[in-house]
Amino acid sequence: MAPQLAITLVFFYWPAGQALYQSMLRQDPFGLRTKFVWFANFRKVLADPAYLNSIQVTVVFSLATAIVAMGVALLLAVMAEKAVRGKGLYRTLLIWPYAVAPAIAGMLWLFLFNPSIGSLAYLLRSLGIAWDPLLNGTHAMILLVSAAAWKQISYNFLFFVAGLQAVPKTLIEAAAMDGAGETKRFWTIVFPLLAPTTFFLLVVNTVYALFDTFGIVHAVTGGGPGKATETLVYKVYNDGFVNLILGDSAAQSVILMAIVIALTAIQFRYVERKVHYG
Amino acid sequence: MIGQSPLRTFIAHAVLILGILIVAFPIYYTFVASTHTLQTILRPPLPLLPGGQLWNNYGEALFGGIGRIGGVSVGTLLLNTTIMALGVAAGKIFISILSAYAIVFFRFPLRMTFFWLIFITLMLPVEVRILPTYKVMVDLGMIDTYAGLIIPLIASATATLLFRQFFMTIPGELVEAARVDGAGPWRFFFDILLPLSRTNIAALFVILFIYGWTQYLWPLLVTNSNDMNTIVIALRKMVSFADADTEWHLVMVTAMLAIVPPILVVVLMQRWFVRGLVESEK
Repeated sequence: MAPQLAITLVFFYWPAGQALYQSMLRQDPFGLRTKFVWFANFRKVLADPAYLNSIQVTVVFSLATAIVAMGVALLLAVMAEKAVRGKGLYRTLLIWPYAVAPAIAGMLWLFLFNPSIGSLAYLLRSLGIAWDPLLNGTHAMILLVSAAAWKQISYNFLFFVAGLQAVPKTLIEAAAMDGAGETKRFWTIVFPLLAPTTFFLLVVNTVYALFDTFGIVHAVTGGGPGKATETLVYKVYNDGFVNLILGDSAAQSVILMAIVIALTAIQFRYVERKVHYG
Repeated sequence: MIGQSPLRTFIAHAVLILGILIVAFPIYYTFVASTHTLQTILRPPLPLLPGGQLWNNYGEALFGGIGRIGGVSVGTLLLNTTIMALGVAAGKIFISILSAYAIVFFRFPLRMTFFWLIFITLMLPVEVRILPTYKVMVDLGMIDTYAGLIIPLIASATATLLFRQFFMTIPGELVEAARVDGAGPWRFFFDILLPLSRTNIAALFVILFIYGWTQYLWPLLVTNSNDMNTIVIALRKMVSFADADTEWHLVMVTAMLAIVPPILVVVLMQRWFVRGLVESEK
């Protein structure tokens, strides 16, 4: 027990405490004087249009990623349930993007869609679409969402398959006897019964889109063009390590912590209802 | 069982195959690109079939001409990444199995306080506390060391919770029986608990290995010198879209090398992986 406690204290509580403390300090540009300013940094950050923009970017990005990744995964899982033969093979072939690092996923997609050498970008252009993720913010966002969602599909797929297997077959058969067609059976029986899985995945995907995608953003767009794809985590990094505005960065860290704690609390309220200790 | 029309089965297979194509395409294309010459890559569209440069490119990336990733060979990068991934996996399992053991089987003062202290960390990924954690690393002189790469990532509660959950399912009778037969706490831990948790350990190991391998932000911050980079970071440094200098064929080879080991782990240990994933999150 002691080792984990020690590591937790040194690498977790110490930094978290420092983040809190630092979020209330303001340093002059040369780091010569430090002033304790209470909540001024928070006020400044929250009033900053760039930060508000970043919140908006993050919300759009997270929602889009979660919806795309979960939608595709659900479709594939339902199909895999139906295809009795070759299920194992399909599963094997579908899970490997999980092992790809987000940053590499981003680079691969950028390679495919890079305006000058990407083959798919070439394809888009020959279809008459002026595709340029390096200059067009919307295109950059689409690229990021695709890469992020692509990587997350396999994870969601596994959970949906597990969820689908837990749906009692008797219910489905009963509905079939009552004459409900396949589509109707899905929407009225299977989908509602999947709700816990869906909800759980929604939280996980949101957290994923919020944090784990730093690599994708950093590798693909660097927050640009302009500030079109600067997510919250990227901004913390950028302000803290690149621009060295330590107080602001720390204040943003604290805000992020609050968001994560809220999300986790939601998730655990739900999980606690389900988990039984033997 | 409800009968299905052949048409619907056919549609199901078709959708699945389409899905696999989408999922697999970027990786396949990377492989294709890694077997062509730079000139072919720079002139889109790239052919869909592998070219004839497989051995040349891989040979060059592995053994020759690697002044490009800051003078560090791909071997060193892979070694760094492997050490980090293994370190994170082993370290996390080690400390969390011990803590879970202590929390579940021993009664001592402040037990629940400690549990909550660990539990709360679950909520805060490294990403939200990067700057202060970085400062701590500097203070402790752990920049550019393996310890610096590994230890901060170990400080999280997921594995502890999983083991706790598993240990709680071990019946009290078993503990009693061991005690009656005169097994001390260590004996009980090694002879009964460890063998029982073997599958859980294997499952967790796969998950954590992937987690360690795919880390990005933390290695980016903690490593300054090129020979401590992980392969993911190095790859990022090789790629530059602005100028034409990027040696795409070598980048693609490196990308393949960075992708293949974790994919192999996932596919070969699929059973443990799926189990670990679905259980550790529930």
